[in-house]
Amino acid sequence: MKPEESATTGADLLVKALIDEDVEVVFGYPGGAVLPIYDSLFKQNRLRHILVRHEQAAVHAAEGYARSTGKVGVVLVTSGPGATNAVTGLTDALMDSIPIVCLTGQVPTHLIGNDAFQEADTTGITRPCTKHNYLVKAVDALARTVHEAFYVARSGRPGPVVIDLPKDVLMNKHDYVAPPKVVSEHKSYRPQMKPDPKKIAQALEMIAHAKRPVFYAGGGVINSGPKASKLLTQLVHLTGYPITNTLMGLGSFPASDKQFLGMLGMHGTYEANLAMHGCDVMINIGARFDDRITGNIAKFSPGSKKIHVDIDPSSINKNVHVDLAVVGDATLVLEELVKGWKAKQPKVDQKALKAWWAQIEQWRARNCLAYKIDKETIKPQYALERLYHHIKNRDHYITTEVGQHQMWAAQFLKFEQPNRWMTSGGLGTMGYGFPAAVGVQIAHPDALVIDVAGEASILMNIQELSTVAQYRLPVKIFILNNQYMGMVRQWQELLHGSRYSESYMESLPDFVKLAEAFGARGLRCHEPAKLDDTIKEMIALPHPVIVDVIVDQKENCFPMIPSGAAHNEMLLGPDDKAGKVSEEGMVLV
Amino acid sequence: MVAHTISVLVANEPGILARVVGLFSGRGYNIESLTVAETDAKQSLSRITIVTKGTPMIIEQIKAQLDRLVPVYRVRDLTVEGPHIERELALVKVRSTGEKRVEALRLADVFRAKVIDAKADSFVFEVTGNSDKVQTFVGLMESLGLVDVGRTGIVAMSRGGEAL
Repeated sequence: MKPEESATTGADLLVKALIDEDVEVVFGYPGGAVLPIYDSLFKQNRLRHILVRHEQAAVHAAEGYARSTGKVGVVLVTSGPGATNAVTGLTDALMDSIPIVCLTGQVPTHLIGNDAFQEADTTGITRPCTKHNYLVKAVDALARTVHEAFYVARSGRPGPVVIDLPKDVLMNKHDYVAPPKVVSEHKSYRPQMKPDPKKIAQALEMIAHAKRPVFYAGGGVINSGPKASKLLTQLVHLTGYPITNTLMGLGSFPASDKQFLGMLGMHGTYEANLAMHGCDVMINIGARFDDRITGNIAKFSPGSKKIHVDIDPSSINKNVHVDLAVVGDATLVLEELVKGWKAKQPKVDQKALKAWWAQIEQWRARNCLAYKIDKETIKPQYALERLYHHIKNRDHYITTEVGQHQMWAAQFLKFEQPNRWMTSGGLGTMGYGFPAAVGVQIAHPDALVIDVAGEASILMNIQELSTVAQYRLPVKIFILNNQYMGMVRQWQELLHGSRYSESYMESLPDFVKLAEAFGARGLRCHEPAKLDDTIKEMIALPHPVIVDVIVDQKENCFPMIPSGAAHNEMLLGPDDKAGKVSEEGMVLV
Repeated sequence: MVAHTISVLVANEPGILARVVGLFSGRGYNIESLTVAETDAKQSLSRITIVTKGTPMIIEQIKAQLDRLVPVYRVRDLTVEGPHIERELALVKVRSTGEKRVEALRLADVFRAKVIDAKADSFVFEVTGNSDKVQTFVGLMESLGLVDVGRTGIVAMSRGGEAL
């Protein structure tokens, strides 16, 4: 056979390459430039395509899929507006280190640069919001590029990768190139996976001699795979030390465990933040000293020696200077730490540890998440407590939008396992949660998937009700409706004399009717007494459901570290505010 | 804030310079000088030399950020890693007559600048050296009819037998 006869079109090569990369689902939206790919998809049945209603939602759905399965999420969009609409999702995935491969259509190579119809400089636009991107200029490079893209997306610190595909490349023919059998080393990208044994020994030494230690674990543990969470739990139990999680790290350590202090940071618990402030050894595993975590950097945990375990060397000493950096994959580092601890059986200063725990228990006794229960109106915290009560014994996945409801969800829902909590941490993307829930439900068709939402965020990707209807996805949308952009309102109260500029949600839809318009079910609840029944009904319905929970309009999210303040300058409740935000704090977000 | 000269070995592929420059602008780092050209055609490698300024923490960040770009092979901070040589080339055009013209030529000789173009009322000099020398020469020409300057930016290499 001549090569031309055996050769396949670029679009067919692409589909074959995706299948060889173990892709099962693609989230996408067709358009002119990607028609050849859609035609290839039509002619096969190995890959399932999920048609979203907006390209941003395609990326968030792929993120939800990726984060709940540990696999690479795949997105397919057309050129121009298809690609630009995907930018928010790509940035979100970059900030939260979610492995995504996003295929974008492009005008044919001879038209690139001519301002052709639906042309955009996709590689130019997405360069700062992807881990890496490619423009495939000839069909012979296509299959190889796809395999490389998957390698880059999933290895090291994961992230989104864009492959821009001109239409002529998709239609030209070439022989297929299979993925390398042995994952050969990339020519220039070789992240360090194995930690330096010397650093492990130093870390063990520092951990063993701590008197007031705290583990601080983040999303890197989740990204490293479920084994990392198991090892982390083991190490924390072996040492008997307290642990706190970042927003992205929730689920890496079982929330019901006594050694768990809850989430830390701006809306973290009193005990977690004060433990961070007062510790003498901090063991950061897979977290990046984000500004939501540290508060005022100058006042951040002033007396501690800090160990930082991270797969990305650029995360080390970026915000906070650390005393010991261990570069490597969380699983491999934790494996070594557990092994080393077991071998050495170091003698921890039990007296000091006991005193430290006694101090922590005192902080814990402040019960910082307490709120006033009201018989007339539903408190958002109460709604989440009741929600958790009804789902805790079921296989469930939670996604959120962004704002007060997100923080309350992080505080009041308990995560016992990794990969069960999908939230937009770094970018803070309103509109993330619903499409992410779509992706999670696609990956776990029989699981209970709930998007905890606010009435403002949910409107940002509400069009996905149509996707949910098409694929009969029983996603539950649990709206805490306070008729405000709650977090905006809270900050206006704190910083701008309660001048609620544009934060009131005027002209909201009737969410029950909205659900019905898309063939979903709508439930509404005003009264605390009826909340349990509503939640039970939501869970029992085998359909997509919107639950419009009308909550207290004025409730604010506490505890809170105001901008520019330190961990020990937390506000614990509404009576705790006056005059605490510094001038430098005012300019921070 | 000390200036650091950083050598970066990269795959010579489209967009690589935009990636490096975008990293600097996106994260608010300074570029004092930047040179780039292919240095190994067979393996398609380019060498980028960047001179940048920042606190030690920022310099460490710059190197880590550069190193994690996918097409980057190696990042070396020549300022930190022992003695190195820096060179810059400038083309300097001077238009003058009479005593000024003679003085320009005399100074060019002192600086070992070559005359690479000459007209009755102008010279183009090629001067090579470290940036200080080049800057001093350009400064001296200002009063002698300087009309145009082109500078390459700094290329640098470590002393001794080690490759990048």
